[in-house]
Amino acid sequence: MTARIRRGLRLVLVLLGVIALLVAWIAWLNLRGESSEAATAEAKLADRALIERGAYLARAGNCIGCHTVRGGASFAGGRGIDTPFGVVMAPNITPDVNTGIGGWTAADFWRALHHGRSQDGRLLYPAFPYPSFTHVTRDDSDALFAYLRSVPAVEQANRPHRLRFPYGTQAALAIWRALYFRAAALPPEPHHSPGWNRGRYLVQGLGHCAACHSGRNVLGGIRNEWAGGLMPDASWYAPSLASPSEAGVQHWSRDEVVRLLKVGVTRNASVSGPMAEVVFSSTQYLSDPDLEAMAEYLATLPLREAPGPDAQRADADLLVRGGQLYGQHCAACHGDAGRGFPGLYPALAGNRAVTLALPNNLVQMIRHGGFAPATVGNPRPFGMPPFGQALNEGEIAAVATFIRQSWGNAAGAVSPLDVLRVK
Amino acid sequence: MRLSVRSLIAVGLLAHGALSAAQGPAGREVSDTMAERMQACVMCHGREGRATNAGYFPRIAGKPAGYLLSQLQNFRDGRRQNATMSHLMQHLSDDYLRAIADYFASLDLPYPAAQASSLSADQQRVAQTLVFKGAPDRQIPACVACHGANMAGRLPAMPGLLTLPPDYLISQLGAWRTGQRHAAPPDCMAEVAMRLTPGEVDIVARWLSAQTLPTGTRPQGVDGPPLPLRCGSGER
Repeated sequence: MTARIRRGLRLVLVLLGVIALLVAWIAWLNLRGESSEAATAEAKLADRALIERGAYLARAGNCIGCHTVRGGASFAGGRGIDTPFGVVMAPNITPDVNTGIGGWTAADFWRALHHGRSQDGRLLYPAFPYPSFTHVTRDDSDALFAYLRSVPAVEQANRPHRLRFPYGTQAALAIWRALYFRAAALPPEPHHSPGWNRGRYLVQGLGHCAACHSGRNVLGGIRNEWAGGLMPDASWYAPSLASPSEAGVQHWSRDEVVRLLKVGVTRNASVSGPMAEVVFSSTQYLSDPDLEAMAEYLATLPLREAPGPDAQRADADLLVRGGQLYGQHCAACHGDAGRGFPGLYPALAGNRAVTLALPNNLVQMIRHGGFAPATVGNPRPFGMPPFGQALNEGEIAAVATFIRQSWGNAAGAVSPLDVLRVK
Repeated sequence: MRLSVRSLIAVGLLAHGALSAAQGPAGREVSDTMAERMQACVMCHGREGRATNAGYFPRIAGKPAGYLLSQLQNFRDGRRQNATMSHLMQHLSDDYLRAIADYFASLDLPYPAAQASSLSADQQRVAQTLVFKGAPDRQIPACVACHGANMAGRLPAMPGLLTLPPDYLISQLGAWRTGQRHAAPPDCMAEVAMRLTPGEVDIVARWLSAQTLPTGTRPQGVDGPPLPLRCGSGER
């Protein structure tokens, strides 16, 4: 009897020891590489040129996109980011002392960007894309910080996140970070050109392109970089940059990539949905050399073809119905043969955006319409009506199926349930 | 194959940079004009921004440009709630919104015909009193004091209200009463909406909707009598 108790006790002690080791290991994984960070001289942070560079970098990172609520004060936070784990509220990053980051130092800011930890030591949610921002240099981090110190301070208290248990706990975050996050610089690869290295730095760092254009696992960790993925709110699909049949630009001219990011439309492509926001508030402001560098890097992403589209033909009845709706609502702009008017109304024949395996983006466009982003190069964009005002789910499914299976397009049919599933 | 020749012509035109009038695959001309750009609005607001007084969507043709610009900005910036409009406006610049407002303000299109009134004689009297005289005892000014002597709007930023769908008018006044719609401060319309009773809102909306205006009626100029209330949108 006593022997059994002693054995049980030993087992408990061993288990406790293992747990303690695991906790220590996870803690170490979360904190390694952090050292007491050097301070940045006040004179440097007040430098006009540094602040201006910071403003440019803030555009490159589209900080304003998440840290500003629609119509609200710039950088004052309050926008909720929908994720599968709940809603993460973007905080106030204006220099207000009480509610913003007015009490932070440049070293605090760097720790948030590079290590994903807040001034008070809390682990940050990766909805703040520090797995990408960790690549930003200390010098650029200081420039961003100098710029953010220069914007108007706004007193606006942060709203609490609305995350389901256990995702809202620091312990869950620590485990997530142990699995999926490594603080790391991005040392230049000398066998590539300076342009390529600059492009990689912008794309993988501040641009945080991988945050959307990658596949994620059930815990929200990046599983397949550049393989495309549903946006965290499951509304739009960010197409693969590794696949030329999705959004890969490996076979594009550099000029066309630059034009798409700068202007928002080219003769053969246009941005929509979340990418329209990226062009509108971020990439249109980047310099030509930086856009060219990004294009140079993106062209070298390893090719990985997406699995072939489901070529199963839809029922003839459905295609006839879809064709009628197309003639009635779409042909005036996109043409009977789906050829569109290059640069004005996009062609649908051979259009990568309409043949993606997931029909989300096509359904979004049909349902909500939209204008291309207004940019310096395209100040008065053309637009599409929100056909969700006139067509029901069945009709949207029929016309989407017709578009996906006409003029050489051979993507899978879309059911009314698919349409309903798209948020 | 009848399409290919036209497409070749279109491609040829584009290759020469002549975007101004491309002949389309469907035989339609697509020209580089505001009218073409505003095709996105036609499905709801009617051809060239003119809607009938049935249904929900308001006529936008001929409304003062200042009013239209404010509304477009309000949708974009979240001061007015309509998911469809907010989505459409979200990536557009102030310059483009101004061009859109100017375009629709410049349209001079016929109004739908007057409708037989569904109101009783008493209700008609209530509506006409509010529209032309207001209710001074409750600080409700006459509608015509701001919206123009013939209710066709007043420059720079007061909209015409006649022929708008009753559902639309009722919903807008309701939105003001519940804080869902805002005009530039001081928000005079919010004050007026709060002072009206729900019954009055219903009667006035139905009366306004049933009236018509002759083609060519323009909003009243800026040089009318002063506004009875301080209005942010009227002072621009």
